[in-house]
Amino acid sequence: MTEIMTRPPKVPVTVRVNGVGYERYVEPRKLLSDFIRQDVGLTGTHVGCEHGVCGACTVIVDGELVKSCLMLAVQAQGSEIMTVEGLAKGGELHPIQQAFHEHHGLQCGFCTPGMLLAALSLLEENPDPTEDEVKVGMDGNLCRCTGYYNIVDSIMAAAGKMK
Amino acid sequence: MKPAPFFYHAPTSVDEAVALLQDLQEEDSKVLAGGQSLMPVLNMRLARVKHLIDINKLHDLDYIRPFDGGLAIGALTRHRMAEHSTDVATRAPLITEALPLVGDRQVRFRGTIGGSIAHADPVAELPTIALALDADLVVSKRGGSRTVPASEFFITFLTTAIEDDELLTEIRIPAPPAHSGHAFLELSRQLGTYAIVSAAAVVALDGGRISEARLALGGVGSTPIRALRAEESLRGQAPTIEAFTEAGRLASEATDPSADVHGSIEYRREMAAVYVRRALKVAAERAAVA
Repeated sequence: MTEIMTRPPKVPVTVRVNGVGYERYVEPRKLLSDFIRQDVGLTGTHVGCEHGVCGACTVIVDGELVKSCLMLAVQAQGSEIMTVEGLAKGGELHPIQQAFHEHHGLQCGFCTPGMLLAALSLLEENPDPTEDEVKVGMDGNLCRCTGYYNIVDSIMAAAGKMK
Repeated sequence: MKPAPFFYHAPTSVDEAVALLQDLQEEDSKVLAGGQSLMPVLNMRLARVKHLIDINKLHDLDYIRPFDGGLAIGALTRHRMAEHSTDVATRAPLITEALPLVGDRQVRFRGTIGGSIAHADPVAELPTIALALDADLVVSKRGGSRTVPASEFFITFLTTAIEDDELLTEIRIPAPPAHSGHAFLELSRQLGTYAIVSAAAVVALDGGRISEARLALGGVGSTPIRALRAEESLRGQAPTIEAFTEAGRLASEATDPSADVHGSIEYRREMAAVYVRRALKVAAERAAVA
């Protein structure tokens, strides 16, 4: 039995990442997380579980907080994407990054890029959260060092600074 | 941990989408909505599809509007949109109460109401609520659409009445009964994980007696389960804890749970009774002040 295997053609994907435009040709099955790392070349976005559980690959697409391993690159066509590399400006850490630094909000650092973007999205929605609201709001991001207390402290401190 | 190759289609209208579904129905195709359940399955290669039909460009399926005293929700409406909708809060508060329990913030940004219902995971919140609220599911195909009541929609695990050439396009929720209250309670290991047992209840009161009760349970069978005998037992009763306990017992008898690491069959049955009792109590208290 012979079946002619036709490979799905590559598709163009044009996006802006942290304000910079990119155009790449990728297979439709390419995950946005891999696209950002391999095709755009920004490796700050970390790939953990690859099935939407750990939140390490969290980025912001057109203002929406998404796990980039659960989105295809082709679905981001025309989008404005923000990754962890877009947080610091002019060599100055973003207040959330500074707070993570000062409050030991990271240990191994693997979950940190996703944590930072999830925290940014949360604080944009709720600039003055309670500790419980931070805990609930960050439930899409896992820290396998289990450094959650310091992450919550960092976000509470950042909220105070960003007001 | 990457999806196997597939042909990607991104229709921009419902007509185009259902035409594709019909053309590809003999082939292995799947509809992609928010992707919060399908993408993990594709990534882990628990499923491979030849054609992926991405409906995220069907922007005309993204709406919440009053309909016949109740609500019509477009299938592509994101969880987050419904979670913050005042129309949903007033006309289908059960949905508003349950949505914060769905996944996490990221999931709710992307996940869709239609996707969750069409996925038909019996431990998920929205299928259970669709059943409790007597929702009508509008499914469309080339040349027309039909309406399937929630009671006939869920067939078994991850299986619905949607045919291969059909697309779920709208969820219709009837108006809540007068003087009614609602409650959605679930037992889960932690916030955002799937329910071990969930209970959705609507209780309407008339002159201090229960005029109508609706009860659905999640996590205790191959589909969400409507507890009709329990509902019947409540009609005309005073809203007492004894009546709720008896309804919990009857509801528990209607369940058909399986055992897993999170709980045995006996545990799930017991918790079904407990959560039904508690949900009825909360719903009746809310009805009393409605």
